[in-house]
Amino acid sequence: MVDEPTNPQSSTGDRAGETLADVLAEVQDRAIAPRLELPLLAASGLVKNFGGTCCAVDRVRIEVPQGSITGLVGPNGAGKTTLFNLLSNAIRSDQGRVLFDGEPIHHLQPHIIARMGMVRTFQVARVLSRLSVLDNLLLAAQKQTGEKFWNTWFQQKQIAQEEKTQRQKAFEILESIGLAHMTNEYAGALSGGQRKLLEMGRALMAEPKLILLDEPAAGVNPTLINQICDRIQGWNQDGMTFLIIEHNMDVIMSLCDRVWVLAEGRNLADGTPAEIQSNPEVLEAYLGH
Amino acid sequence: MVGYLVTLIISTAIYALFSLGLNLQWGYTGLLNFGHVAFMTVGAYTTVLLSLNGVPLVVATLVGAALAALLGLILGSTTLRLREDYLSIVTIGASEVIRLIALNEEWLTRGSLGVANFPLPLGTLTQPTIGSKIAMIALWTCIFAVSGQHLWKWTRRTDRNVFERFSIGESTPTPIHSEQDLATKPAQAPRLLAGLASAALGLFIYGIGISALYDYSYKAGLMLVLVTVLALVYWRLEVSVKSPWGRVLKSIREDEEVARALGKNVFWYKLQSLMLGGAIAGIAGAFYAWNLTFINPDGFIPLITFQAWIIVVLGGAGNNAGTILGAIIYWSYYSATRFLPDFLQALHSVIPIIPASIDDARLGAFRIMIIGLLLIILMMVRPQGILGKKEELTLGR
Repeated sequence: MVDEPTNPQSSTGDRAGETLADVLAEVQDRAIAPRLELPLLAASGLVKNFGGTCCAVDRVRIEVPQGSITGLVGPNGAGKTTLFNLLSNAIRSDQGRVLFDGEPIHHLQPHIIARMGMVRTFQVARVLSRLSVLDNLLLAAQKQTGEKFWNTWFQQKQIAQEEKTQRQKAFEILESIGLAHMTNEYAGALSGGQRKLLEMGRALMAEPKLILLDEPAAGVNPTLINQICDRIQGWNQDGMTFLIIEHNMDVIMSLCDRVWVLAEGRNLADGTPAEIQSNPEVLEAYLGH
Repeated sequence: MVGYLVTLIISTAIYALFSLGLNLQWGYTGLLNFGHVAFMTVGAYTTVLLSLNGVPLVVATLVGAALAALLGLILGSTTLRLREDYLSIVTIGASEVIRLIALNEEWLTRGSLGVANFPLPLGTLTQPTIGSKIAMIALWTCIFAVSGQHLWKWTRRTDRNVFERFSIGESTPTPIHSEQDLATKPAQAPRLLAGLASAALGLFIYGIGISALYDYSYKAGLMLVLVTVLALVYWRLEVSVKSPWGRVLKSIREDEEVARALGKNVFWYKLQSLMLGGAIAGIAGAFYAWNLTFINPDGFIPLITFQAWIIVVLGGAGNNAGTILGAIIYWSYYSATRFLPDFLQALHSVIPIIPASIDDARLGAFRIMIIGLLLIILMMVRPQGILGKKEELTLGR
C-alpha cells in the first residue's frame, strides 16, 4: 500500500524500524516497477460495523505477497472471517480499499472478484450436497463455454471437448486430495474432513491466483492435517498464493512465510512466525492477562 | 372413448409442459415460485389477442412466451436478490394481480365475459386429405420412435451409471470398485420394470393417437402439435440441464454462496431460470386457450399453480421425466375418479349396502380427499417423488 505506509495499528512488525528515507526509496522503487513490488492482495483501512458500538473490523490492513503463504491468526471474535468476507466482498465494507493484483476490487461483486482469481473456502465447509464430488469440482472451472444457455444448444462439440479436459484435471485434483475413490458419490455423503479437502480442491480447480482458506485444519484429525499441510505446501511450490486463517499454531508455524495477528477487530502485529510467537502482545491476546 | 382419451392426453400434455417450467425453476434452481399461473395467463392472453388481430399463430405464441419471460424478468429483477421466501410471496401476489388485471381491463380482455372465437392451430384443416393424414401419422410415429429409443437407452443403463457421462472417453482414470458395481446390479430389475411399464403406456398413447388422427378432428390435430412441442421442449431442456449451465443452476439450488464464491453470476442464472420457466409456461398457456377454445380470468386461479406443484412433487423434483410422469398420474387419477358414479352403481348391484350414487358436490369433495390422501401416502413412502433419488433426501447440508 503505497498511499498508506504508516498505519498506526501495525507499528510492530517490519515497518517499525523504517525511516522516512526508506519509505521514500520504496515508493520510488514501486513507481518504476509497480507490478513487481505490489503485493498480490493489499487491503488498508478496512472498517465494518455490524451495528454495535464497536466495529467488527476496525481500520485493518493486510498484505499478501505474490507466491507466499500468509497466515491470519487471532482469538475468537477477532474479525478474521469478517475480514475474509470483506476481502471477497461477500460483505460490503464501510470504509477501506482492497487492491488485488494491482486493481481496486472493493466495489466489485463477489463473483467478479472470484473470476479475477481470488477464491475462498468457508469456515464450515460448504459443499453442494446433491451434486457428485466430481460435479463439485467441475463447477469451479472458469470460463466454461457450456455455462451460457444458448451455447448448450449450439456449441455442443466445444462443450464436450472442454468437459473432457476439465474432467481430466478434476481427476488429477481428486487424486491429489485423496478423494478419487469418491468421485461419483454425492458430496453430501462426505465426512467433515473430506469436505474440507473437497473445498480446497474446488478452489484449486478454479485456477485462481490467490486462495483464501478459512480454518483448513479445524475439526480434522492430525494425520489429515499433515496431509493438508503437505498439499498446501506443494501447491505453493507450484506457484499458488495462500492466505490462511487458522487456530492451530503448528500449522501456521510450519506453513506460513508471514503472519498477521488480529485482535478485537484491529491489527495487533505482523511478522515472521518466529517473531509472532515471541511477541508479548500476541501472547497476551491469545492467553489472556 | 378415443375422443375422451384424446382430451385427456391434451390436458396431461398441457400440464406436463406447464410443470416442466416450474420444475426448471424449483427442481433445478430452487426458486420458490408460487405464482406460476401468472406466466400461463400472460402467454394465453397474448397469443389469443394477437392472433385475433391477424398475427400468425406461431408468431403470436412466441410473443406470448417472450412476454411471459419479460414478466419473469420484472419479478426476478426486483426480488431475486432477496432471500428465496420473498420470491414466493411476490410471485403468488403477482399471479393474482395479473388475473385481476385480466378481469378488470375489459377494453383488452373483455373481462369476465372472456375471449372466444380466436384462431386455432390447424383450425382451417377440417377435412384433411389422405396425404396430410399420412404425414401427421408419420410425425406422430417419429416422436414415439425417438422417445422409445431414449427409453431403451435409459432402461439399459445401470443405476450406478447415473453419472455415466463422467466416464466417457477411455483415457479418464475412472476409479472402479468392482464389488460395489456388482452389488448394485440387482437394482436393474425395477428399472427394467419401469421401462416396460412406460413402454406399454407409450404404446397405448401412440395407438390412441393413430386412431384419432385417422378419424381426424380438431382435437387430434391439437394433440399432435402439442405433443410435438412438448417433446421438443423436453429434449432441449434435457440438453440444457445436463450441460454446465444446468450444473450452475443445481449449484445455486444447493448453496448459492458457494456458486458466487466460484465466480458464477448467481443473480443472472436465477433470472434466466425464472424467465425460461416462465416462457415455457407461456407456451403452455397458449395450448390451454386452444384446448378450451374460450378463456376468461376464472381459468387462471392460483389452484392451477398448485396443481403444477403437485405434479412436480409427485414425479420427483429436478427430474424432467418425473414431471411428465407426475402429470400423467395426476390426470389419470382425475379422469379415473370421473367414472366413480358408474363404479358405485356397479358395486351397488353386487353389494346393496353401498349407496348407488352420491351427489356431485360430495363426489367432488371426495375426489380431492382421495388425492390428498394419496399425496400423504406418497410423501410417507417415497418423499423424494416417484422418480426422485432417495439418497438426495438423506444427505446433510
